[in-house]
Amino acid sequence: MRKTECLAMILAGGQGSRLGALTKKIAKPAVPFGGKYRIIDFPLSNCANSGITKVGVLTQYKPLELHNYLATGAAWDLDVRDGGVFILPPYAREKGADWYRGTADAIYQNLNFIELADPEYVLILSGDHIYTMDYAWMLNAHKENKADATIGVIEVPWEEAPRFGIMNTDEDGRIESFEEKPKEPKSNKASMGIYIFTKDFLKKYLEEDAVLEDSEHDFGKNIIPKMLNDGARMFSYAFEGYWKDVGTIESLWQANMDLLQEETPFDLQGKWKIYSSNPSMPPHFVGADASIKKSMISEGSMIEGEVTNSVIFPGVRVGKGAKVTNAVVMPMTQIGAGATVDYAIVAQDCIIKDNVTVKGEPGAIKVVPEGETVA
Amino acid sequence: MKNVLGLVNIQEDNSLIRELTASRAVELVPFAGRYRLVDFTLSSMVNSGIGHVGVMLPDRPRSVLDHVRSGKEWDLSRRHEGLFYLPSVKVERESREGDLKNFYANADFFEHSDKKYVLITSGSFIYNIDFNALMDFHIEKDADITMMYHVEKGENTGKNAVLEVNGDGRAEDIAEKTVVYDGSKMSLGVYLMEKRVFVEIIRNAYEHGGNDLLVDGIIKNAGKYKIYAMEHNEYVAHVESMNAYYKSSMDLLRYDVWASLFMGKNPIYTKVKDEVPVQYKEESEVKNALIANGCIVHGSVENSILFRGVKVGKGVKIKNSVIMENCDLKDGALIENVICDKNVVVSKDKWLKGAPNYPLIVTKNVTI
Repeated sequence: MRKTECLAMILAGGQGSRLGALTKKIAKPAVPFGGKYRIIDFPLSNCANSGITKVGVLTQYKPLELHNYLATGAAWDLDVRDGGVFILPPYAREKGADWYRGTADAIYQNLNFIELADPEYVLILSGDHIYTMDYAWMLNAHKENKADATIGVIEVPWEEAPRFGIMNTDEDGRIESFEEKPKEPKSNKASMGIYIFTKDFLKKYLEEDAVLEDSEHDFGKNIIPKMLNDGARMFSYAFEGYWKDVGTIESLWQANMDLLQEETPFDLQGKWKIYSSNPSMPPHFVGADASIKKSMISEGSMIEGEVTNSVIFPGVRVGKGAKVTNAVVMPMTQIGAGATVDYAIVAQDCIIKDNVTVKGEPGAIKVVPEGETVA
Repeated sequence: MKNVLGLVNIQEDNSLIRELTASRAVELVPFAGRYRLVDFTLSSMVNSGIGHVGVMLPDRPRSVLDHVRSGKEWDLSRRHEGLFYLPSVKVERESREGDLKNFYANADFFEHSDKKYVLITSGSFIYNIDFNALMDFHIEKDADITMMYHVEKGENTGKNAVLEVNGDGRAEDIAEKTVVYDGSKMSLGVYLMEKRVFVEIIRNAYEHGGNDLLVDGIIKNAGKYKIYAMEHNEYVAHVESMNAYYKSSMDLLRYDVWASLFMGKNPIYTKVKDEVPVQYKEESEVKNALIANGCIVHGSVENSILFRGVKVGKGVKIKNSVIMENCDLKDGALIENVICDKNVVVSKDKWLKGAPNYPLIVTKNVTI
């Protein structure tokens, strides 16, 4: 067997409670995005495109649809001999079972899996960001710096910096200190929640942290500060490009709308393909009275009404005379004739009856949860 | 259908659809925005539960191999059985045309298969069929060979087999015709029979100088075997000519045809390309069209089919046309009654126009 140099672990167990109704039935990484994708397609495609073929996905909250979606990893071309997508929910041991008590604990509970893969480096990712990134470059930087840990950072507008974990670095990118949500930030380099650790180094800190009673077992709150405190070689890796946290209804809606700009800040048709489990559906059908402007529409849909500034997923029906504007309509949802949908996210398998209005407004996006019928 | 061996016939007979088949077999002609003709029969077989499928390779097999590859998209990349290819075998001093020689060359392979039945289909028909009903019919009629037909509406040119079928479903006459008239029973190129019968037919026909499975194997043996035919009354098209290609493409712009072929319980599978959903821009105007993922639309599209990855520039007008993969129609181009093969570039402000019943065909990789 060929040696795994870098193993990726995607943290996909969070509830995503800020997405409210959209994560009632599914985990946040399984939430649909961008007309055909799910959020987890982005880190998975990045792994595949970066040459990282062994990926553990740590799941916990409502994982079944996510498990079903991941399947063998074939959709991301990860079903290879020495790789694959490994689904890692919490499991029972001799002395009972624990839930994942935090991001660090989730990795700690899977140290056996990491030892089986026996990589040199462990890349830790979260399943709730939209971006494309070549992790191979970050891994190179990690090796060149002979770092113990490398943390992906992105420069955010100064006024937004207090919302993030902020890295203060010297001119070589070495991290001097880390502040979680600082009121008066000294830097605007925000942590992207992307970490590369040298495996043995990570293992040591996880084992130490696991026995601490007062620890929250969280990378940002416990592990990273402890490492810095001990004077470990920790570097930042600056990422430039589109990176969006889609952890709230507003940000999810906005990230979808970003795709519709004439000059989109995030080009899905860039040099890397974003892979996804493709439904076997035909090109979408546009009826004789339809009008479509500034929108993205996917396969298997049937558009007879008006669609403007909206993202339409596979298998959606928009009936005659219906008006869909500023909306995200997820797979298999039906919008009846004469219905109006504006400033809304309509989740999958919903039915909006004829002539019904679903209307939100900027800053207060209306959400129709999965499987609902609005009459 | 576990005891059925599927065989997809790829004949490469492209005399009537030459413009689209310079670099590919007719069965591999792109259709419906993201498919190839052969996808329809392959998917129908797989959806019917056939797990062992042989695909005939033409003399120039690249188009077939490049599209079907391991058969993974049809779930035919299996540890046992799954997909296999039937290469065309060059026999010395053999100058015969037709598909029979390929079947004959692979006869030992069929003989060694442990399947009881074979289902032979043609790769140039458009349909979505559950063959389980055919098997029930075949057994109920105690037939030697069971074919399928579709009652044609309107006139249809191209080489087609036409059946005369009696009230009991017995095929009383089978003839090859160049024009199919309204109400004719057009064969779908589907034959279900026991493997034993199939091997007997191909050996016998080939050794007696035959060329063609239909003519020398079936038609000439019509008296010897009990041949039945079952009707399929959903949408069918046989892409045998440029006209038929254009007409059946335009048929897809009827919602009922699109829905019955693609949106029922059995999907049609094809090679996946991970394209982005269609991006419609500020000034796009689209009416009555099928648009595949990966397209970017600035201009207007009416009564047309756009394949994956087509770029429609600003002010472009496309009408009654079929535009295949990765064509790039630059700003201001006007396109009417045109079939553009893959990778065609139409420069800024150029006009292309065919006649309503005689589309203009632009061959692959051309820049206009």
